[in-house]
Amino acid sequence: MDRFAAGNVSEPGAAAGNSPEFPLKSVPLQPRKWGISMKNIRNFCIIAHIDHGKSTLADRLLQATNTISDREMMDQVLDDMDLEREKGITIKSHAIQIDYRSPAGENYTLNLIDTPGHVDFSYEVSRALAACEGALLLVDATQGIQAQTISNLYLAIDNDLEIIPVINKIDMDGAMIDEVKDQIIDLIGCKPEDILLASGRTGLGIDEVLEAIVEKIPAPAGDPEAPLQALIFDSVFNSFRGIIVYYRILNGALKKGNKVKFVSTGQEYEADEIGILKLKMTERNEVRAGDVGYIITGIKNAKEVKVGDTITLAGNTNPVAIKGFEEVKPMVFAGIYPVNTDEFEELRDCMEKLQLNDASLTFELETSQALGFGFRCGFLGMLHMEIIQERLEREFKQTVITTVPNVSFIAHTTKAETIIVNNPTEFPDPVKTDRIEEPYIKAQIITKPDYIGNIMTLCLGKRGILINQSYLTTSRVELIFEMPLTEIVFDFYDKLKSQTRGYASFDYHPIGYKDSDIVKMDILLNGDKVDALSALIHRSRAHEFGRKLCEKLKELLPRQQFQIAIQAAIGAKIVARENISAMRKDVTAKCYGGDISRKRKLLEKQKEGKKRMRQIGNVEVPQEAFLAVLKLDE
Amino acid sequence: MSGIYIHIPFCRQACHYCNFHFSTSLHYREALVKALGEEAALAAASDFIKPEPVATVYLGGGTPSLLSGAEIDFLLRQVRASYPVAGNAEVTLEANPDDLSTGKLEDWKAAGVNRLSIGVQSFFEEDLLWMNRAHNAVQARKGLELAVQYFSNITLDLIYGVPGLSNDRWKQNVQTALELGAPHLSCYALTVEPQTPLDKMIRKHIKEPVDAGLQSEQFLLLMDWLQAAGYEHYEVSNFAKPGFRSRHNSAYWKGTPYYGLGPAAHSFNGDVRRWNIANNQQYIRAIRSGTIPYEEEVLTPIQKQNEYVMIALRTIEGLELKKLGKEAQQQILKQATRHVARGLLIVDNARIRLTKEGKLFADGIAADLFATE
Ligand SMILES: Nc1nc2c(ncn2[C@@H]2O[C@H](COP(=O)(O)OP(=O)(O)OP(=O)(O)O)[C@@H](O)[C@H]2O)c(=O)[nH]1
Ligand code: SF4
Ligand SMILES: [Mg+2]
Repeated sequence: MDRFAAGNVSEPGAAAGNSPEFPLKSVPLQPRKWGISMKNIRNFCIIAHIDHGKSTLADRLLQATNTISDREMMDQVLDDMDLEREKGITIKSHAIQIDYRSPAGENYTLNLIDTPGHVDFSYEVSRALAACEGALLLVDATQGIQAQTISNLYLAIDNDLEIIPVINKIDMDGAMIDEVKDQIIDLIGCKPEDILLASGRTGLGIDEVLEAIVEKIPAPAGDPEAPLQALIFDSVFNSFRGIIVYYRILNGALKKGNKVKFVSTGQEYEADEIGILKLKMTERNEVRAGDVGYIITGIKNAKEVKVGDTITLAGNTNPVAIKGFEEVKPMVFAGIYPVNTDEFEELRDCMEKLQLNDASLTFELETSQALGFGFRCGFLGMLHMEIIQERLEREFKQTVITTVPNVSFIAHTTKAETIIVNNPTEFPDPVKTDRIEEPYIKAQIITKPDYIGNIMTLCLGKRGILINQSYLTTSRVELIFEMPLTEIVFDFYDKLKSQTRGYASFDYHPIGYKDSDIVKMDILLNGDKVDALSALIHRSRAHEFGRKLCEKLKELLPRQQFQIAIQAAIGAKIVARENISAMRKDVTAKCYGGDISRKRKLLEKQKEGKKRMRQIGNVEVPQEAFLAVLKLDE
Repeated sequence: MSGIYIHIPFCRQACHYCNFHFSTSLHYREALVKALGEEAALAAASDFIKPEPVATVYLGGGTPSLLSGAEIDFLLRQVRASYPVAGNAEVTLEANPDDLSTGKLEDWKAAGVNRLSIGVQSFFEEDLLWMNRAHNAVQARKGLELAVQYFSNITLDLIYGVPGLSNDRWKQNVQTALELGAPHLSCYALTVEPQTPLDKMIRKHIKEPVDAGLQSEQFLLLMDWLQAAGYEHYEVSNFAKPGFRSRHNSAYWKGTPYYGLGPAAHSFNGDVRRWNIANNQQYIRAIRSGTIPYEEEVLTPIQKQNEYVMIALRTIEGLELKKLGKEAQQQILKQATRHVARGLLIVDNARIRLTKEGKLFADGIAADLFATE
């Protein structure tokens, strides 16, 4: 589902039902309203730690400027993906254009981008920043500065953005306005009067925020008369409209019907439709320097669109590419396979289309003995992985198997070769291995002093080393650990939350690789190795891990008409074993008039479940069993 | 040809494993019998089932043998008054052994009953006590001895896989039934239905749980014994000497229309399935006011196909491929392959049938052969 362009785009890949809306066709093409010149354009994003109220504040800005009618209004209106609404978090950045008349009577165009706060979606933030000159940095008055407040602030500063600090949720009882002000002053070195106070719930302070946006954030710098130069920052596949590309124009202008060129691919297209992003896409004849807009061309192949690419006009023989985005560095890798082997090509097509709308997803072809053809995918974290699987199911109707995730290791062989191991099957034979390195991170945890003990226990148990401890204020302490990445990507976040009753925020950065004693743990079902269940794990953990994994698989695998042996092995050595005894009987005694319907429904449900199973050898393995490693503690 | 089922929702005492709709209070007996008669007229007047000869009538329950001869006579008259019941119709009555008296047997015969289904379950006292049946072992044997003097078309219900029932005693139960001359047997594996007293007692460790291994063993033995005795295994739980299959139940398995009278009774006309409200008082009240209190579902083509697969697979004829579309045939054959390889299914003459071993796994196999919407 498309986020930068909002509501009118229906699910790609989805068939009927959601009838296509083409509201734009009937609307007469308008010239730019009020003839806004570049000096009256402001491009800004809202950044913050997760849950500090970005999307709610955006609601109020949209409401105060009548961008959204009361009928269309709902809480976190920009979070329009089902998954976002269910989880109550923003997953995609979302751009929307606002018309604003200042108290001085001046008319402005504001391009707002609401960004996600969760670490796994930080690539969304960094791309949004490239389309802006300023950022509202929100800080929850009851929480103060938290880990992603800091990391997102640094991202914004790196992009030369004007920062407007806003203390949000000041309506709440626990608001600590003065304390949070001090924290902000310490962090960014601003004056107390630069800090705005607001409540996205009550609308308090919204006018001041709007005024600050036009006063403090610089107008975009570009030259409207120069050759077209537009930066692609997102795109989406829509089953009715094709591929829709979102861009920010730095220089020049784009007119409907122009022949355009994508600089990195050299491909040329006709601008069939262009426009700006209101709650729905709104068609225009021209989009000019300084603005954010969309373009629909006849692009067929998803691979021709790359975020970070530059759009120029076809005639431009000497185009200047805008510096694109830093490549994403995936943190976790896992295989994604179709449940049915014959759906591989369809899955590939869907992955390419999904990638249009999630530039942080990387994937390449891989094969598994157990599962056949699939993809090794890189994710920014476990939530990201879950969202990808969910989106494939919901938006593209793909039922997939996700295999055991792992981080990327480096193996040095005795022949002095270096192998990047993103997949347990790439792990070299131990006798031919000189040493293995695993990735480490620096973890920053901000919490209340009460929880230091719990956090120490948790992090030391995760092979962490405490590097530094410092009191930010008397009631807030920052702990820095060095830890193996593999220990934090799986369940660290949940454990941290439960150990601190939610009073801890956490951020991390890769700091390179260290030698480590990593082994490959294989799982055998009835004696056959199932490569999709293999895991790479520190030797000190291996036995317990193997035992728990076998126990979990015993729970998750359905009984079959024969016994199933589940074994965990390191090399040839079996370290754990469980048996699932054979099902002896599976037949209803009575099937008369009154039993038929109930029985059919029961079996139909069973059949649905089987559609999500993969047969490996003789054994039927349900989709969720492949992710058993993530549920070992449940 | 269609069938009529009449549900008599009363029992003398509640068997621990039972999840049928019944009441041990006979409070509404008179009103209910009257309402059943009225429903027959209301149903016949509706267009749910096409007017066609009724080939079978089945008085089930509950315990229909609790009713007096006059009440049975009344019900059958009401049915004949409303429906064109064929002259050679099969008319079955379910009876508990303790109700089998000379008087009742004569009355039933006079009322037109020509087949008895007797809920023996076991000829051993300890099993009957374990199940909380209303009759004892002596009544089981004596009742049956009496019944065969009046009816030649008799079926017995037997239950196996009951904790404590050894293979040897199970064999004696089957042998006794054969010696007493029952030409038809329905043999059910004890099933723990959710929320039944048995289910609760097992959860509280008052009763031993059912052993699926023992059940499958006793089922396999049963198939051997009855095959040797010349009985056809014509449905998973049903065995008959040639000519003695239950015509009424066979109709369920062929998808023939049937109408169910009484609370909780199900009806089916080929496309729509209906079930009456499972509450005696509300049922009576609705019928008195002239409406039949039912809910219904309209089956989609896929649901119909799945029902056919599920039911046909349980029968001796098996699943006839030509009754399905080309695509469905392909799908089903594809899914069947693995079970054929494992010796659970046989495909021959464009029919798919369960092997002896396969009969132990009919449900899972049926689910595999299902189509999805
Ligand atoms: N009392 C109060 N609650 C607020 C305010 N702003 C947001 N909230 C609540 O805080 C929660 C998070 O709000 P969101 O707007 O979804 O936060 P967000 O920063 O967009 O979250 P992510 O996009 O997931 O990072 C919701 O339950 C809001 O109702 C506020 O000003 N006052
Ligand atoms: S007699 Fe039949 S209907 Fe009545 S309780 Fe026992 S099993 Fe159930
Ligand atoms: Mg949000």
